[in-house]
Amino acid sequence: MPVVLWTDALLYLLVLMVLVYALRVRRREHLRAPWRRVMQSPLAVGAAVVLGVYVLIALADSLHFRPMAKGGGHGEVISVFDYLVTPLRTRTEKTYSAPFATHLYAKEIIELGDGREVRGYPRLVYGGAHLNEPQAQRAWDILRTSLRALVEAALVSLMLSLLVLTILARRSGTTLRESLRRVLGGRTRGPWRTFLGTTALLIALLFLLVELSADYHVLGTDKVGQDVLYEAIKSIRTGLIIGTLSTLVMLPFAIILGVAAGYFRGWVDDIVQYLYTTLNSIPSVLLIAAVILMIQVYMANHPESFSSVTQRADLRLLFLCIVLGITSWTNLCRLLRGEVLKLREVDYVQAAAAFGVRHGNIMLRHLVPNVMHIVLIMVVLDFSGLVLAEAVLSYINIGVDPSTSSWGNMINSARLELAREPVVWWSLAAAFVFMFALVLAANLFADAVRDAFDPRLRRETA
Amino acid sequence: MIAYIIRRTLYAVPILIGVNLLTFFLFFVVNSPDDMARMHLGMKRVTPAAVEQWKHAHGYDQPLLWNAAAGGAAKLTDTIFYAKSVRLFMFDFGRSDEGRDIGYDIRQRMWPSLAIAIPTLLIGLLVNITFAMLIAFFRGTAFDLAAVVLCVMMMSVSTLFYIIGGQFLIGKIFDLVPISGYLPGIEAWKFLILPVAVGIVSGIGMGTRWYRTIFLEELGKDYIRTARAKGLSERLVLFRHALRNALVPILTGIVAVLPLLFMGSLLLESFFGIPGLGSYTIDAINSQDFAIVRAMVFLGSALYIIGLLLTDISYTVVDPRVRLR
Amino acid sequence: MLNAAMRGLYAAMLVFVLVGCGDSTPWNDPYPASQTGANILYSAFQEQPKHLDPARSYNVNEALFIAQIYEPPLQYHYLKRPYRLVPLAATEVPEPRYLDAEFRELPASAPARGIAYSVYDIHIRSDIRYQPHPAFARNAEGAYRYHALSRADLEGIHELSDFRHTGSRLLTTADFVYQIKRLAHPGLNSPIFGLMSEYILGLDQYAKRLRPIYDELKREQGTSAFLDLREYPLEGAQVVDRTTYRITIKGKYPQFRYWLAMAFFAAVPWEADRFYSQPGMAERNLTLDWYPVGSGPFMLTQNNPNLRMVLTRNPNFHGERYPHAGVPADARAGLLADAGRPLPFVDKVIFSLEKESIPYWSKFLQGYYDASGVSSDSFDQAIQFSGQGSPEVTPVMRRKGIELETAVTTSIYYMGFNMLDEVVGGRSERARKLRRAISIAVDYEEYISIFANGRGMPAQGPIPPGIFGHRKGQAGINRYVYDWVDGQPRRKPIAEARRLMAQAGYPGGRDANTGEPLVLYFDTAAAGPDSKSRLDWFRKQFAKLGIQLVVRATDYNRFQDKMLKGTEQLFEWGWVADYPDPENFLFLLYGPNKKVNGNGENAANYSNPEFDRLFRRTKNMDNNAERRRLTARMVDIVQRDAPWIWGFHPELFVLHHVWYHNLKPNTMANNTVKYIRIDPALRAEQRRAWNQPVIWPLIVVAALVLASLVPGVVAYRRRERAAAL
Repeated sequence: MPVVLWTDALLYLLVLMVLVYALRVRRREHLRAPWRRVMQSPLAVGAAVVLGVYVLIALADSLHFRPMAKGGGHGEVISVFDYLVTPLRTRTEKTYSAPFATHLYAKEIIELGDGREVRGYPRLVYGGAHLNEPQAQRAWDILRTSLRALVEAALVSLMLSLLVLTILARRSGTTLRESLRRVLGGRTRGPWRTFLGTTALLIALLFLLVELSADYHVLGTDKVGQDVLYEAIKSIRTGLIIGTLSTLVMLPFAIILGVAAGYFRGWVDDIVQYLYTTLNSIPSVLLIAAVILMIQVYMANHPESFSSVTQRADLRLLFLCIVLGITSWTNLCRLLRGEVLKLREVDYVQAAAAFGVRHGNIMLRHLVPNVMHIVLIMVVLDFSGLVLAEAVLSYINIGVDPSTSSWGNMINSARLELAREPVVWWSLAAAFVFMFALVLAANLFADAVRDAFDPRLRRETA
Repeated sequence: MIAYIIRRTLYAVPILIGVNLLTFFLFFVVNSPDDMARMHLGMKRVTPAAVEQWKHAHGYDQPLLWNAAAGGAAKLTDTIFYAKSVRLFMFDFGRSDEGRDIGYDIRQRMWPSLAIAIPTLLIGLLVNITFAMLIAFFRGTAFDLAAVVLCVMMMSVSTLFYIIGGQFLIGKIFDLVPISGYLPGIEAWKFLILPVAVGIVSGIGMGTRWYRTIFLEELGKDYIRTARAKGLSERLVLFRHALRNALVPILTGIVAVLPLLFMGSLLLESFFGIPGLGSYTIDAINSQDFAIVRAMVFLGSALYIIGLLLTDISYTVVDPRVRLR
Repeated sequence: MLNAAMRGLYAAMLVFVLVGCGDSTPWNDPYPASQTGANILYSAFQEQPKHLDPARSYNVNEALFIAQIYEPPLQYHYLKRPYRLVPLAATEVPEPRYLDAEFRELPASAPARGIAYSVYDIHIRSDIRYQPHPAFARNAEGAYRYHALSRADLEGIHELSDFRHTGSRLLTTADFVYQIKRLAHPGLNSPIFGLMSEYILGLDQYAKRLRPIYDELKREQGTSAFLDLREYPLEGAQVVDRTTYRITIKGKYPQFRYWLAMAFFAAVPWEADRFYSQPGMAERNLTLDWYPVGSGPFMLTQNNPNLRMVLTRNPNFHGERYPHAGVPADARAGLLADAGRPLPFVDKVIFSLEKESIPYWSKFLQGYYDASGVSSDSFDQAIQFSGQGSPEVTPVMRRKGIELETAVTTSIYYMGFNMLDEVVGGRSERARKLRRAISIAVDYEEYISIFANGRGMPAQGPIPPGIFGHRKGQAGINRYVYDWVDGQPRRKPIAEARRLMAQAGYPGGRDANTGEPLVLYFDTAAAGPDSKSRLDWFRKQFAKLGIQLVVRATDYNRFQDKMLKGTEQLFEWGWVADYPDPENFLFLLYGPNKKVNGNGENAANYSNPEFDRLFRRTKNMDNNAERRRLTARMVDIVQRDAPWIWGFHPELFVLHHVWYHNLKPNTMANNTVKYIRIDPALRAEQRRAWNQPVIWPLIVVAALVLASLVPGVVAYRRRERAAAL
């Protein structure tokens, strides 16, 4: 039975909007040109490939349903992604174990067969369970599995490259060999070399993870024995949703108020300015704390509407997005207002006004399309900041629900783990790597978008 | 100009009222006075009578905004909002719900906050400008590209990692400085080294990149070309012309954040156990002390508005063509 | 300009390195150099104390301070177990006299139902003086110097130490009576007023009488009005003579003696209230809530809850000696080495605010705190289990000379069912079986091993070990959850729980009628880094039975609210003993103490007429065989009904350094600082040895910078020439 969560719906709405926008871009040259510039930057293309993989995972993780449980009735809400990685999700150990470990990380009392008890490191239930002599066999087993994965990945990458090369050759009317030479030499119109290189790298990584995590906990397990790799990947959805929905939710307000303020001036402008100065001047942490508390009150008063952990966590996530939107929209609103103030003096707007075109029409037809690039740039630029903000908010306990997987929650528990002796470093490292890759890709991509669309804005948005 | 400042100051009043109303609304939507009483009375053996008494003693037994039972002007004045908010405008913060004098606490905790914020800002500025000029000097080379990518990478690391890493390495492994804590007076310096260093390092990525764009923009302008045409060395161009002109946007940018330095850094202070205003705010949120939360919001807004005003004024100072009306 | 600045910076760094090396105190010493080698005990507090007024404080964090300052009539013996009361301000532990309704004396063996009043005559030592305090200061004419201050007089005064003169006086029995009256003071909201008004004769009426008087006073003099309680007599608490005062209790209440060991019943001088109630005092945080006035071994000399609290030896302390006897093992443990020596041993105690456990632990290892608990995360580093399964410190710790003390606490952490709930609550057989099935499934042995590193004892019932009525061995096990196998309790297999589920109508965790899985709701106020894993663990436990557990994590207020309304289903709760008596735990299940409607401490809203009847019978009994028998029956009733999953009794592990002596964990007493002795010279030496700064990273960084300078300069030159072209 499918379950549609609020954030799922909004995320797919966002995807739809991006698709519609892409279609528009295809048809209009003045929009296509800057995008082409973006796509000519190797860094941006590499970043886009990484982002693409993150988005795919998040989308698979955003189709929720209740599986039929054995013997009838419905189980707990899970996502398609959860279903795909069922082994990863369900193979939990008792407590901490290091990456690729075969034994637990903490000593416990083990009962020997003859009734005696010793304190030692018990074997893991799943990690490396297929090995009889873990000490001797493990390294060789990991190496063999990795090699197999790499060979498989190489094959897949090769096939993909062939496909791309064929298309390129067909399009430019050259031979396959010539197009290969061009790609390798970086003499294509788009940076295909980067594209293929990044993709091959990611495919290799994917195969490695899939093959190895069948037998091991690649990134170890956490305090209650949950696989850290699973946690880290699940956090992708949370990060992406916070990064995108926050701006999406507040976009209509920012655009309407910003454009109206710039266009009408006078008292409308005064009110809008008052509004965003007031909101801006409240320290955002306090605002977020208040809203998160509010949603908790709401849920406490309406327990019947939230029958599952997932739904509760989802609503909290949504409201976190909204309030993060509220604290960040003021900036965009200010920029739009300034831009419209300039635009309204331009000839064609003046002309339209002189012809008696209605205000609404002028704003919709002439002003909004001409400030859309600013909106785009701001959305892309805000993304990484919001992902980073999530981690900080979790630290003050006003972030996502404790049951939601998120990098912030992982970092938060990692603080205690770092004080352990021996140190449990893998949760922190996993959160760091996954988060760093996303934020770095987003930053690089955003830079390219900004440069391509409006280098003038550099100063105001850096 | 004086008239402008006065007008802007008056303009701040409705904003502060709005902020006050909003805080008040947000807080009491989620916390009834009963909740506050229970929170402060503790866990064991709390009776309803004790809750009532606490509310009475702290003035939370009146209606929130509108007292229908009272007559005349008292309808507005015999309310929690009026009783608790009006004195704020005189910067009289009153007593916290635990009975401590908030103004005194703020004055005490301001210094540790400033002791971190000011060195972080100044040294950070020095470091960032140095790096930015170096990168601008080598603009267009592989060094430039590498440096920018490095900056982006440093930006992509969450501040939490810098803090946790710094504390772990320098405090725990190397035993160089105390891990956390604070001492008032001259001995504070050894507690400040680590947070200030972490604050600077975590800001390098963002700051350097931002100043680099400013320098590049300056270097692209006509007067630089003239200077070069005169045969000035690149170093002189950079130092004598570009730096001087780039300082204008840099300094006006800083003026806006100066007043907010008082508010302290939430994260640094609570991680390093420094009794500043940032950790004061966090503690107040966690213990739901409305009086402190409200005071801090008010202070924050007031400082923000002062920052806006200072920015406007600094524009006129650095560029006489700008006239404030 | 920049070059000059850089040069300055390097110079400063050089100086810093040189100065740092020459200094004798370690670089990372968080205390002023002047304190090195001083006889100071270093400790920490995690939460800012809210109340230090003995009539209001009811919190372990606050007891840390005020128990060292105020002296109630009685205290717990430091070394003896089971816990035993000994006199502190009193000269002996008082024995009650019993009276009937007509105030006629009854024999001590009289049945409880005939006893209308119990009278406690408490004899007080006559040599106790208060700490020096401005409230006692007198001028040349003998009048109180600071009792009639105007606002102008308080100019420039922010702390108590800003008053130039102090004074002291002998402690009198009137001060004890005064404090008992303060429990009913309308402006103070004493947390035990509700409870005490049921027992102390006339206290209820007294509060009612004071209220209008106080309101009137407040109207005249503002919020800081001084209500002089000496003018209003209280029937149940009266001065008999200079060394005796008398408390009259309604009915028989043998537990009252334990209350006499709490700060609620310490002496408070009226001068303090008079002094602090002057206009302008409260605005300067000068209140009895922040600056206690006591007669104990220490006095609070620095009060900055944002940073540190400092206790200093009270020069007027009447003197007390280290106990001569304890349990047999104490002599072997060296706990009697100081027997007979005058207390306290340390001159000063510095408590620093330390909110996070990690810095606390690191500083403990560096020697900057003298003792520490063990968090579950640093456990493996500090503790290992010997071959016999008993805990000991790891070799690393032993090399540092760190020692371990353990004790099972008199507390319980449990998971409760809301007995008013339709699914899990009620006394139907179906619900009872469901509760029992869950009790078996939630494996607290695993909980203790993951989240407490084995520092805890799974609870079999509500009464912790060390309290009268706790049963050891096979007789004590909860036979609904445990089997007795090989001389040990063993949790029943999960198959048994599944069978119970089927009997309760939920085969496989599914409602037999509808086929839908059973969904249960778990309310918790948990937040923080560790809560996610804990909540995940709970979900795993319920999943064993096919039950879907929905965790409703919320903030503390919302949680409290739900508990009051009774809308929760499952919840976590805990109780720390006020005094070592089974009544203090069994009352948590007494029907009339329900949380819903009564706001009592019976959080599960459990009610069983038979249990309630037995409770009323046993609560005032003396500890005899009859009481033991009835208590066992009560425990059996609640084990059968299973309103709680009994959870566990946490075990206290305290580590301390080699220079720290006389530590014996005492979960009842709080005034234990006076027994602690430290060896400051040894401490200073160890600190120096442990905290040698690692300088090579600094050198490496400096070397790297220097190394990059050469190619940098070359590139710079080349670039400059190129750009000039």
